[in-house]
Amino acid sequence: MNGFTGFVLRRTVAAVATLLAISVIVYVVFYATPGNVAQITCGPRCSPEQVHQVARQLNLDDPLFVRYGHFLQGLVAGQDYSTGTSVQHCTAPCLGMSYQSDQQVTQLILAKLPVSLSLVGGAMVIWLVLGVGTGVLSAWRRGRFSERVLTGITLAGTATPVFVIGLVLMIVVCGELQLLPFPQYVALGDDPEQWAWNLLLPWLSLALIEAAAFARLTRASMLETLAEDHIRTFRAYGVGERSIVGRHALRGAFAPVIALNANNVGSAIGGAVLTETLFGLPGIGQELVHAVNVVDLPVVVGMVLVIGFFVVLANAVADVLYAVADRRVVLT
Amino acid sequence: MSLVDVTGLRVEFGALRAVDGLSFRLEEGAALALVGESGSGKSTVASALLGLHRGTGARVEGSVEVAGTDVQRASDEELRRLRGGRAAMVFQDPLSSLDPYYAIGDQIAEVYRVHARASRRAARARAVEVLDRVGIPDAARRSRSRPHEFSGGMRQRALIAMALACEPRLLIADEPTTALDVTVQAQVLDLLHTLREETGMGLLLVTHDVGVAAESVDEVLVMRHGRAVEHGPVADVLGAPAEPYTRELLAAVPRLDAPRKASTDPAEVVMEATGLRREFGRGKRAVTAVDDVSLTLRRGETLGIVGESGSGKTTLGRMLVGLLEPTAGSLGFDGRPHTGVNPAVQMVFQDPVSSLNPRRSVGESIADPLRARGERQEGRIRERVEELLERVGLEAGHYDRYPHEFSGGQRQRVGIARALAADPRVIVCDEPVSALDVTTQAHVVALLGELQRELGLALVFVAHDLAVVRQVSDRVAVMRRGRIVEEGPVEEVYESPRDPYTRQLLAAVPALDPEAAARRRARRRELAAA
Repeated sequence: MNGFTGFVLRRTVAAVATLLAISVIVYVVFYATPGNVAQITCGPRCSPEQVHQVARQLNLDDPLFVRYGHFLQGLVAGQDYSTGTSVQHCTAPCLGMSYQSDQQVTQLILAKLPVSLSLVGGAMVIWLVLGVGTGVLSAWRRGRFSERVLTGITLAGTATPVFVIGLVLMIVVCGELQLLPFPQYVALGDDPEQWAWNLLLPWLSLALIEAAAFARLTRASMLETLAEDHIRTFRAYGVGERSIVGRHALRGAFAPVIALNANNVGSAIGGAVLTETLFGLPGIGQELVHAVNVVDLPVVVGMVLVIGFFVVLANAVADVLYAVADRRVVLT
Repeated sequence: MSLVDVTGLRVEFGALRAVDGLSFRLEEGAALALVGESGSGKSTVASALLGLHRGTGARVEGSVEVAGTDVQRASDEELRRLRGGRAAMVFQDPLSSLDPYYAIGDQIAEVYRVHARASRRAARARAVEVLDRVGIPDAARRSRSRPHEFSGGMRQRALIAMALACEPRLLIADEPTTALDVTVQAQVLDLLHTLREETGMGLLLVTHDVGVAAESVDEVLVMRHGRAVEHGPVADVLGAPAEPYTRELLAAVPRLDAPRKASTDPAEVVMEATGLRREFGRGKRAVTAVDDVSLTLRRGETLGIVGESGSGKTTLGRMLVGLLEPTAGSLGFDGRPHTGVNPAVQMVFQDPVSSLNPRRSVGESIADPLRARGERQEGRIRERVEELLERVGLEAGHYDRYPHEFSGGQRQRVGIARALAADPRVIVCDEPVSALDVTTQAHVVALLGELQRELGLALVFVAHDLAVVRQVSDRVAVMRRGRIVEEGPVEEVYESPRDPYTRQLLAAVPALDPEAAARRRARRRELAAA
C-alpha cells in the first residue's frame, strides 16, 4: 500500500481509533463521575420512585461497559429507545437520545452543525486573509514604522476578548450607525445573501482574534526564511525584493500556517461558544455548554465526538496540504 | 579596463574590521583565488563585489568596480542588473542555496527573466539549456525536480547553471566545493575549468583549500586578518612562497606526497570487529549502511577509515563505540566478545560546536565520563579535569568557561579531553579535523599523535580527507557503499591501490602544484573515459 490511497486508508483507520479512544474517555469521565444522573434528569421535585423509574428507563442501572456497548451498537446499527409511552427508532449512526428532550442526539447535532460550520468557515477565510496579509506586510516592512503599527494592532487583537470586540462591533455597526440589523441566524439554504450579512459581524469578531496569531506566525516564519541561504542566492542574482518576499519567503510560511489553521478550525467548531452566545447563534458550542449544565450526557458525548471528528479531519486535510506545499514531505 | 578593480576596500561589521585595506585587480577572462583561513575576510570580499553588504549594517569603504559598474555608487537598480547579469555568484552549500519549494528549472528561469527580456517559455528553455551545459543528464526532465531530489554534486552544477544563465563576464565562486565529496569536487572543478575555456569568463574563487586554488586559477591572493599577505601567479605563491604566513599555511596542508611517520610495529590486538552489519529502516525501505565489515585494531596503532559521504564510515565508527547496535556481526575487546557501551572505547566527534552542551562549562562536560564512572568527590573530579585540560594544551583555569568562549580548535581539544577522561584504550575520531582550518588541523592531529604515543592508545581515524588519513594512519581501510573495498598498510594502499575506486579517489585529491593539477585533470579524464 503506498501513495495517496494508502495515506487515506491509514489516516482513516487512525481517525477511527482516535475517535473510539475519545468516546471511551468521555464516557468514563462523564458517566463514572459521582452524582445522581437520574435525580438531576428527573428534577428536584421527583420522588424516589420516579427517580428509580427514570434510572431504569435510561438504563442507568446497567454496568458502564454494557451501556458503552449499547452506545457502540447504536452508532453502527441503530437502536430502539422507549420514551415511556412509545418506542422511537434511532437509525445509525445513532449517538443516543437526549435525557432532556426525547430528541435524538444525531438530529440535534445535525440541526446545530450548519450554524457552527457557517460561522467557522466564513471566519476562517477572513482570519487567513487578514492574518497572513498582515504578516506578509510586517515581514516586508520589518523594522519600519508601519510594521510597528501593524504589530501593535495585531497584539491588541490578541489581547482583546471576543465579547469585547463583538459587543463593540454590534453597538457601533448595528446600534449607532445602523448599517446592519442586529444579527439573526438565517440558513444558507434559505437566503444566501441574508446568511452572509447576518454572519458578517460574528465572522469578524471571531476572525479578528485568530488573525493576530496568524499574523505573528506568518511574520516570524517569513523572517526566518528571509534569513536563509537561498534568499541570499536570489538577492545575489538581482531578483527584486517584492518577488523575494512574495514568492520565496511566503512559501516558507505555508507549512506552519496550515498546521495552525487545522487546529483552529477544528477547535472553533465546538469552541466558539462566546461568539455564538453573543450573537445568538444556535451552534454546537452553545448547545454543548447547555448540555453540560443540565448533565444531558448523551448530548455531551455525541458533541464531543463530532468535535473530535472535525479536529481529526482538519488535521488530515492539513497533512495533505502540507505535502502539496512542500514536496519533501512524504505522506505516511 | 579591468573586469574587477578593488582599491582600498575596508568592510566593518560594528567594531570588527573584516576587510582592512585590500586592493586587487582581475583582468577579463583571468582567474584569481582568494585563499585564507576562516575569519580572514575572503567571503566578505566576495560579497562586497556584488554589493551584498548594502542594507545590512556593514560599513564599506574604498572603491569596488566590477564589469564597469561602480558598486559603491551604483543605484539599487544598477546593482540589480550587475548581480547575476554580468557577475554571478556560486555559493558554498548548494542545498541551502536553492529554494526548496520550487523546481530547479523554474528557479533558473526566474533569475534569467530578471535580466533578459524573455517569455516564461523561453526562460524555461534557457534553464534546460544551461542545465544540460553543466552536465545534468536528461536536463529537460530533471529541470522539474526540486533541490532535495538532486545529489550534492548535481545541486552545485545546478547553481553553476544558474550563474551561467545570463552569460556573466565574471563568476564568483565562494567555497564552491567545500560541501562536496572529493570525487565530486574534482568533477565540479573540472567543469569550472572547461566553462572558463569555452566562455572566456573571469573567475574569482574564494577558498580555504590551497589545493582547490591550485587546480583552478592563474593567480592567488593569500589573505589574513582582512589584509593581503601575498599575491602573485599561482605557481610562484604555492611553489616558492615569499611570506612566512604563506609558508606556514602551505606546510600545514596535508598532502599525498608529504613524508610521514614510520608505522608502529604490530602490538597485541585490542579490538576486533567481525562481519559488522547495520541496517536502517524496515522492510522495503531498509537501507544497509554498513555491510559485512571486519577489522582488527592493535594497541598504539592508527587505523584510518576513508570514504565519501554515505559510505557508512560514521555508522561503522558509532558501532565500534557502542552508540549503535549492529544488526549483525560481533565486536570483541581484549579477546572477549563485547556489546553495548564500553568506557575503554571513546569517541571524538566531528563538530566541536554541537557536540558540547552550550549551557554547561567545558569542565563539567569533561567531568561527565568521570561522574558516569561513579566518581563522587568534587575535589578529585576537578583535579583530574584540570590535568586533562592541560594535557590537551588548554589551561586548568578554563574549567569554568563555556564552549562559545573557545575557538574551533580549542573546542576540539575539549572534545579530546572528554574522551580521555574515561582512561580509554581506543578512541574513535569521526572527522575530528574536517571542521577546522588547516593550521589548526595540523595542531590537533599532532596532539592526537602525541597522546597516542604517550598513552599507547589505539585510534580509529574516520575521515573523508585522504591526505589527512595518510598522514596519521598506519593502516587504512577504504569504504564504499557500506563495505570495505580495500584495506592495508598506508604505503601499499596509497602507492599501489588495487581497487579501481581507491584509484579514482586518489586521482581526485587536489594537488598543490598547478602542473601536477593539470596532469591529474588529464588522468581523471582517462579514468572517467575508462
